[in-house]
Amino acid sequence: MVNKVNWLHKDLISLEPLSREEIIFLLETAKSFEEVLERDVKKVPTLRGKSILTLFYEPSTRTRTSFEMAAKILSADTINISVSTSSVSKGETLLDTVRNLEAMSVDVIIIRHSFSGASEFVSKRVKASVINAGDGRHEHPTQALLDLLTIWEYKKTLTGLKVAIVGDILHSRVARSNLFALRKLDNEVRFVGPATLVPEDFKKLGAKIFYNLEEGLYDVDVVMALRIQKERIGDGFYPTEREYAKYFSINRETINFAKRDTIIMHPGPVNRGLEISSDVLEDKRCVVLNQVTKGVAVRMAVLYLLLSGGKVEN
Amino acid sequence: MSKNEKKVTIIDEKTFPRVINRIAHEIMEKNTNLNDLVLIGIKRGGSLLKDRIKNAIKNMEGVNVLSGDIDITMYRDDIFKISPKHKIETTNIPFSLDDKNVVLIDDVLFTGRTVRAAIDALFDFGRPRRIQLAVLIDRGHRELPIQADFVGKVVPTARKEIVEVMFKEVDGKDGVVLR
Repeated sequence: MVNKVNWLHKDLISLEPLSREEIIFLLETAKSFEEVLERDVKKVPTLRGKSILTLFYEPSTRTRTSFEMAAKILSADTINISVSTSSVSKGETLLDTVRNLEAMSVDVIIIRHSFSGASEFVSKRVKASVINAGDGRHEHPTQALLDLLTIWEYKKTLTGLKVAIVGDILHSRVARSNLFALRKLDNEVRFVGPATLVPEDFKKLGAKIFYNLEEGLYDVDVVMALRIQKERIGDGFYPTEREYAKYFSINRETINFAKRDTIIMHPGPVNRGLEISSDVLEDKRCVVLNQVTKGVAVRMAVLYLLLSGGKVEN
Repeated sequence: MSKNEKKVTIIDEKTFPRVINRIAHEIMEKNTNLNDLVLIGIKRGGSLLKDRIKNAIKNMEGVNVLSGDIDITMYRDDIFKISPKHKIETTNIPFSLDDKNVVLIDDVLFTGRTVRAAIDALFDFGRPRRIQLAVLIDRGHRELPIQADFVGKVVPTARKEIVEVMFKEVDGKDGVVLR
């Protein structure tokens, strides 16, 4: 198979500017890396001598561990900065922090920040490759890529599917990244939730909007529940958590609105009993933990492509 | 590529399967216990050659020799210089290589760097008793102390020349040309 994609991006900030071919190429590369995770010896020398830094201004378990695991399997060195114990608490600006860290010859900087656009801002000012691990409400590209890789495995296709994303769309970077990627691959994307959390403007980006769970889940191949982001949500978006759960929780009854062979996804962390119920998380159609495994393969592929392919051939 | 460039046939369509049969014979001669034998093809040309050798052994001895494929991209020594177009293919060795007699198979032996990377990769799948190397064409210009145990044909080449190996499975016909 001759591969037509010429991967020349220095950074991975968002999926919006990527082409359909580039997204498929990235996923195919991730598939090849998945094999390494199944080996007894989970180590390849690919990125030996490269330094990878994770700089997280927001809490994270999965994403940061997943990036670190991916980097280590590829033999890169990793450094983790957690902001609460760094000089950021002394008042250092984002750019100063990053420039100082880059001066220690870091090759990749992985950033999570509560401001939309933070990683793009940094990427334009440093030579190192920058990966967006979530910036405010903007994008979380590697999460959407691992979602696609999971969908690909279970649905055997990347196009022509109906995908319902349910819950706190307004604050969700995961929803935006998934919308861009799924639409590029010609899928139907439905945003489902209360009107306060599902802005109608998303119609302009190609999403279908549903304020009723039964209608939104009808005939869908994939149900993706999103976390209610309590840290970003103030008052007034819904009366009580109980009322939210009554109308929009994915549970044993409501999951029946979808196709019988639907898969159930959630980017984690889960508020059990709020956006998704415990029994659905135990359902055999629930692929939440497979998503986590796919995350390592996707991040290996991203690191590999940014570091090896990020330069023009001599 | 100019249209009137010269092409020299090194192995024609008729001779191609005979060369593969000879390599298969030599492998069996040196590895009498076919149960311990493992054929590993280096993607992609080596994989196609491996399938042919495996079939040849099956036709002659009725034995289905254990086999797998390896992509060496993750082990290359020029990973930061290669073209961004380069695509990683899936490695498939779903068994341990402990105490196996491994025959590594590639279509063309050139600098030896691919073979070096492949040997490195093999050790992540166990500790083989022995690793041997089978190639269809040895074109010289080694940059590492590596040589093949089984060779289809030794072809002296200039560095700039290109050895093109064709398999009917993907190219429509078998053969080797130099251009």
